[in-house]
Amino acid sequence: MAEFEFETEGVVKKFMFLNRKAPYGTIYALEVLETVLISAAFDQEVALAFVDDGVYQIMKGCDTAATSGMKNFSKTYRALEGYDVEQLFVEKESMEARGLTEDDFIVDVQVVPASEMVALIAAQDVVISG
Amino acid sequence: MAYEVNGKTIEHDEEGYLTDLSQWDKDVADLIAKDEGVDMSPEHWEVVDFLREYYEEYQIAPAIRVLVKAIGKKLGPEKGSNKYLYELFPYGPAKQACKIAGLPKPTGCV
Repeated sequence: MAEFEFETEGVVKKFMFLNRKAPYGTIYALEVLETVLISAAFDQEVALAFVDDGVYQIMKGCDTAATSGMKNFSKTYRALEGYDVEQLFVEKESMEARGLTEDDFIVDVQVVPASEMVALIAAQDVVISG
Repeated sequence: MAYEVNGKTIEHDEEGYLTDLSQWDKDVADLIAKDEGVDMSPEHWEVVDFLREYYEEYQIAPAIRVLVKAIGKKLGPEKGSNKYLYELFPYGPAKQACKIAGLPKPTGCV
């Protein structure tokens, strides 16, 4: 083995992507989603959390026709399962404050109270918020 | 930069990916394939059609690992392998087949 070769094979970190913003109007949600797909393609352990207006990212029935050509990427959340990203958490308080229930989401999620979300975040190696 | 097919002008980016994927048709696919040195067989079309369906459903082009798994599920385990897909598309199935399918370059593909 060369002297400076890095041994990275098999290094798996726990990544959490913390989504706090509405999906359209800013680029945050789409950029985070692309980063999620890249992380998952590198076989990392990836979890997503939807907090505050971030819960709107996975809401059914988003229509982007009036957003002057912004791509509708709502369907892409459904591809996550194929990337083995199956840990999707929604903060209960944020969901309820916006009058939403689990049935309003386009993917299966685990609804957790803020107190549990804190523990989940604390358990990660890397947290990326957008 | 553009492809010229049947009197139509179809714009593409500097790497040959279509700018507007709604302009794709089988003739432009054949032209891109020829540029790539790929001789389209029914097996090639199977993968290209699969990619278009995947894009329609999820609005992204899949990463190679995901593509291999999904192809295996849909078309049978003997086709769900890196080897099979690289034999069809030697310069990378995700990259080359997506280009022929008129899709954007897969996310995370360098």
